[in-house]
Amino acid sequence: MFTYYLKLGWLSIRRNPLLSTLMVAAIAIGIGACMTIITVNYVMSSNPIPQKSDQLFYVQVDSWDPVERDGEGFEAPDQMTYLDAMALMKADKAYRQVASNRSGLVLEPENDEERPFSVDTRNTWADFFPMFDLKFIYGSGWDDSADRNLERVVVLSKEINERVFGGENSVGRSVRMNGMDFQVTGVLDEFIPVPKFYDVTNDPFGETEEVYIPFNVAVEYEFPRYGNTSCWKSPDGDGFDAFLNSECVWIQFWAELRNENEKQDYMAFLNAYAEQQKELGRFPRPLNNQLSDVMEWMENQEVVADDAQVMLGLSLLFLAVCLLNTIGLLLAKFLGKAGDISLRRALGATRSTLFAQHMIESAMIGLGGGILGLGLTWLGLRGVEMLFGEMVENLVGLDWVMVMTAIGLAIASALIAGLYPTWRACRILPASQLKVN
Amino acid sequence: MEIGPIWRALMRNKTGAILIALQIAVTMAIMVNAISIMQERGRLMARPSGVDEQNIFSISSVGFAEQFNERAAIKEDLTALRALPGVVNAIQSNSIPLSGGGWSMGLQTEPGEDVDGPSVAVYFVDEHGIDTFGLNLLAGDNFNPTDITWRDIGDTGWSDKIIITQSTAEALYPDDPDGALGKTVYISGDLPMTITGIIEQMQAPWNGWEGVENVILVPNHTLFGATHYIVRTEPGRRDELMPQVEELLAASNQDRIVRSMRSMEEIRERSYKADSAMISILTFTIILLVTVTSLGIVGLASFSVNRRTRQIGTRRALGASKVAILRYFMTENLLISLLGVVTGAALTVGLNILMIETFSLTRIAWYLVPAAMLILLVVGQVAVLGPARKASSVPPAVATRTV
Repeated sequence: MFTYYLKLGWLSIRRNPLLSTLMVAAIAIGIGACMTIITVNYVMSSNPIPQKSDQLFYVQVDSWDPVERDGEGFEAPDQMTYLDAMALMKADKAYRQVASNRSGLVLEPENDEERPFSVDTRNTWADFFPMFDLKFIYGSGWDDSADRNLERVVVLSKEINERVFGGENSVGRSVRMNGMDFQVTGVLDEFIPVPKFYDVTNDPFGETEEVYIPFNVAVEYEFPRYGNTSCWKSPDGDGFDAFLNSECVWIQFWAELRNENEKQDYMAFLNAYAEQQKELGRFPRPLNNQLSDVMEWMENQEVVADDAQVMLGLSLLFLAVCLLNTIGLLLAKFLGKAGDISLRRALGATRSTLFAQHMIESAMIGLGGGILGLGLTWLGLRGVEMLFGEMVENLVGLDWVMVMTAIGLAIASALIAGLYPTWRACRILPASQLKVN
Repeated sequence: MEIGPIWRALMRNKTGAILIALQIAVTMAIMVNAISIMQERGRLMARPSGVDEQNIFSISSVGFAEQFNERAAIKEDLTALRALPGVVNAIQSNSIPLSGGGWSMGLQTEPGEDVDGPSVAVYFVDEHGIDTFGLNLLAGDNFNPTDITWRDIGDTGWSDKIIITQSTAEALYPDDPDGALGKTVYISGDLPMTITGIIEQMQAPWNGWEGVENVILVPNHTLFGATHYIVRTEPGRRDELMPQVEELLAASNQDRIVRSMRSMEEIRERSYKADSAMISILTFTIILLVTVTSLGIVGLASFSVNRRTRQIGTRRALGASKVAILRYFMTENLLISLLGVVTGAALTVGLNILMIETFSLTRIAWYLVPAAMLILLVVGQVAVLGPARKASSVPPAVATRTV
């Protein structure tokens, strides 16, 4: 029966090519517009590390200004001071913990012909690599001891290893940066988390860093800080040491806590730490420490741009217009073959068989619109890429989830659009239309 | 007129008409709100940065070698840049408007730790700053060469002179902005600075910042390891000078690298990239939307013409002219469209209120609603023209046939 209805549907679609084309086109355009925006939103709000996003927590300790300025309310600062980050690292109370920040160095290739170039670096700790599940092509991250002993070790990204060592296994070799030699301990495989969750204070959809070095080494040699530094009061005195001991925040701190118990213990530890700091005259605000897991942190930092949500709303309305369009056209089409329908009813077809037949026809139109719409989505995403450039480089891929969503959405839309016209078609009385002729 | 009969005929077959009217209504709601967003973005992008945008570019220099002497390099570079034919002036600064990276501080009119005051963007410049950026000094004096001091990366002290924008003066002294010149303000709680000059306007490095024109100029050269040179050229010579300057800096000192050379126009483009992309996407959306809606009108009108072929023939046989038939379908469409745009006006306002609440967008300008109503009525008439002409060409003889 199903294949017979398919055949009938196909015949009906072919009988009125103009209306059918309009319907398929309307659905395709609606799906194309909608899916383009949905894809961008979906990628923006996707989970960058699904396997352990609920075990990784962004740590905020509220060391901020007692005076409320600009009516912002008392929110804990979105980064951490050096004093607090080092105290938490030293306490070592979480299963793993990492303090890190973004920086930049100048890399001098071994080959004298090549000019030195600048690289984006991340100053971090040994736990960074296992904590965020980074995969290595060669070697591995460095040991805890390298952090303690200020060893000049480095982990390279795949691209930098290709640029500097032609993609060879460079473990054990040395790289010259800012006039110092760093020994390579590992080369990362491709690492493009979207969003770049471990540091959303900079561009959350930007490039990952090219080079990773121990945080303590960067502090020791006073390497520059890229990214944001915010202070609610100036450091007491000049120089780098005064800055390190100041209330300026510039570090992102993550802790890995494997279960609710560990989380509660860690929170208790943070609160005890804050109380202890209060006694020393710091932390002038009421206690307000926060642990946010990856998705909570993305939400808190409003990683999905308002623009994307506005576009999403508008594109859903757009799809609604396309649906209204399809309803009208389907109605026209089904009522246009009232003669056929009443004849079939007269020959014994029940309402439910007619219902099934016309819903199948609607679904076929939806399928056509979905497939065409996928093509339009692809074009739409290329358009978005062209308009936004490198800002969205990692946002405009179509994965199979999105492909299935597009087809599913198209068929569902067509079925919804088909409901009313089909219902009207089924109400046509047997033989009522035959008398006229 | 024939409105009565047309309306009654419409009422006999409501569904199709309601669908089209609804479609027009939703189309209008999207269209007007999208245009309103576009207008808002357009206004943002039209704000002047305050600097001579056509003739300025910036280039960064990052020292890396052990023996790199930043202070000597800056002096040398500035002398070389200013001597270059075609260059009007050049400075070293920490930032440039719209570039996205910079330094902000709080200013207050009274000393003390818990005094509130406006946040301002800080540009470190020397006595060539005003000329290089192309700023307009309204009152007071430019810095003297003797005012310029060297600022190390960890320094917390501040110069005793600053030049501020008018908008900063308004933020500091809302009651008497004109009296700002010569007054003392405090930075970092209790460090005094005297306002020695007021410039008309200049933007901060961040285009979305609340007090985007709250800017101060501080007479410092900076020793931050990485520095920006800002070069102003004679009109029309920027593109020719950019590669020259890059080559000059790269060749003159091997202990640093130069990078990120960008014209002010490019900096502006990057800064507003998301906004201009939003405008393009919305424009495209509106075009598609109106197309889909008009195709819907064409489809349904054709269907209704086909179904009424015999009626049309009968009317023609009874003496109705071609024009009368044409008018019938045009008027029918006008009625449906009117229903659509009136509903649309309500939907538009509703959607706008929702957007204001959810995304703090601005209110739509009142004239957009009647303008969109008019446009959609015209679009409807144009869309129905084809099917209506087809209807008017139905020959009277059709009435006599049975099929």
